[in-house]
Amino acid sequence: MILVVLPPHLRTLAGVRGDVELQVEGEVTRRAILDALETRYPMLRGTIRDHVTGERRPFLRFFACGEDLTHEPPDKPLAAAVASGAEPFYIIGAIAGG
Amino acid sequence: MSKVRVLVGTRKGAFILTSDGKREKWDISGPHFAGWEIYHLKGSPTEPNRLFASQTSGWFGQIIQCSDDGGKTWYQPGTPPGEPTTTPDGMPKGESNKFVYDTSPETGKPLTTHQWYDGTAHPWEFKRVWHLEPSLTDANTVYAGVEDAALFRSTDGGQNWQELAGLRGHGTGSKWQPGAGGMCLHTIILDPSNPQRMYVAISAAGAFRTDDGGKTWKPINRGLHSLYIPDPTAEVGHCVHHVAMHPARPNVLFMQKHWDVMRSDDAGESWHEVSGNLPTDFGFVIDVHAHEPDTIFVVPIKSDSEHYVHEGKLRVYRSRSGGNDWEALSKGLPQSDCYVNVLRDAMAVDSLDSCGVYFGTTGGQVYASANAGDSWVPITRDLPAVLSVEVQTLP
Repeated sequence: MILVVLPPHLRTLAGVRGDVELQVEGEVTRRAILDALETRYPMLRGTIRDHVTGERRPFLRFFACGEDLTHEPPDKPLAAAVASGAEPFYIIGAIAGG
Repeated sequence: MSKVRVLVGTRKGAFILTSDGKREKWDISGPHFAGWEIYHLKGSPTEPNRLFASQTSGWFGQIIQCSDDGGKTWYQPGTPPGEPTTTPDGMPKGESNKFVYDTSPETGKPLTTHQWYDGTAHPWEFKRVWHLEPSLTDANTVYAGVEDAALFRSTDGGQNWQELAGLRGHGTGSKWQPGAGGMCLHTIILDPSNPQRMYVAISAAGAFRTDDGGKTWKPINRGLHSLYIPDPTAEVGHCVHHVAMHPARPNVLFMQKHWDVMRSDDAGESWHEVSGNLPTDFGFVIDVHAHEPDTIFVVPIKSDSEHYVHEGKLRVYRSRSGGNDWEALSKGLPQSDCYVNVLRDAMAVDSLDSCGVYFGTTGGQVYASANAGDSWVPITRDLPAVLSVEVQTLP
C-alpha cells in the first residue's frame, strides 16, 4: 500500500481527510502513483498534471524520503520505502516567499 | 413570496446569501470550495437551481463545479468517482476542467500567439475561467470566458468544452495584449431577442460581437478612445472592463472602459462617452436597472494606479438618463477612510418590483439596496475579497 500526502486544496477537492492509501500495480513509479491516484479520484485529473501534455503543473513538486523528486523521470522506480508504504509520497504546492 | 439568492465568488471560496423578497434578513452559506479562488458563479435562467461555478488556483488549475439544488451540494460534471478516467485506448476522458484551445484549420484558424506585455509574440496559455454564462434557453448549455482570452461552450452541462475559435481567429487576435489582470475574456452577453447574437469583452482587446451564433466575430470598438495605447482609436487594444445590457433593449449597451463610461445605441457599431459629471470615470463595474433601461449604475474608482474609491468614500453613481447626468448614492455606505475596489463582475441587480442592487468589495463586504440604490445595507462585512456577485430572483 502506497501512502500519498496531498496538499490541503486537493484534499478538499477529493473529499479526503489525512493521507491517501493507494494500491499500485507493478513497479512503483511517480507516473504509476499519479495514475492510481487519478483513477481513484478523477476530480484530481488536471490538477497535478496538465490534462493535455501530462506534464507536472509548474507550481507543484514531489518529495519522498527527504529527496526532491520533482525533476526525476516519471518512470524511474521509487525507493523501496515508498513502495512498501513505510515512507509517504508527498505532492506539495510550491511556495516561494510568504 | 419571492426570494433572492446572491452568489458571491471570493478569493477563498464561494458564499451563497439568501433572503425573502423584503431583503432584510439574510442567511449565509459557505465557504464552498474553501481556500480556492472562485472567479464566478451563476445560475441557469431556465433551471434556477442549476448553478455553475469556476473554481481555480494558480497551483492546481481550473475546476468546473455544478449544483442542481441551488448550491447545497456540488459535483464536477464528468466522470463519476470510481469510473475509469481513460478511454479503452488510453486517452483521458473529457473531465470538466479540460479547456483546450482549438487550432484546427477546419473550425478555427491555427492562431498561436498574441502580444505579450512588451509587444513580442506570446503563445496562448490557458489559465482560468473568469466568467460563466448559462444559456437563456437550455440548462445544459453554458459559455465560459477564459484567460488567455477565448470563448468556450459546453452543451452537456459543463462536462466537455469546445472553443468558439472564430473569435480568436477572426483576424485581430495576434494584436491582443494582456491588461493588468491578465488577458481575460470577462464579459459574455447573450441577446434575448436574437439567439444568434452575443457580445464579449476582453482586456485588453475590446468588445466583439457575433451575429451567427459564435462562428464569426467582429470588433465593435468604434468611438472608443484610449490614451494609453499607441493608436488611441485602434480597432482593438482597448481595455474594456465591463459591458451591460438591458434585456428589453438589446441594441443599447453600456460600457465601463478602463477610463470612460461609454454607450452604444446600435449594438456596438459605435460608442459615445457618457461619463458626464462623474468624479472619475475609471472603474470596473457597470449594470442596468431591471425595469428601467435608462437607469445605470457604476462605482467610480480613483485611477488606474489607485484602485480604490475616490476620496475614501464608497459611492455608487446612478444615472436615470442613460448616462451623462449622475447622482451619488451613499446612504448606508462608508463615507470616510474607505479604500476598497469593486471588481468588474461584482455587481448585479434582482428583478423584484423594487429593483435590488448588490455589489461586493475587495474588502469583503457585500452591500444590498432594496430600493434601486437609494439606500444600502451590508449583507455581510467580513468575507474574503469579493471577485464576483450574481443574483437570482426566485419564485
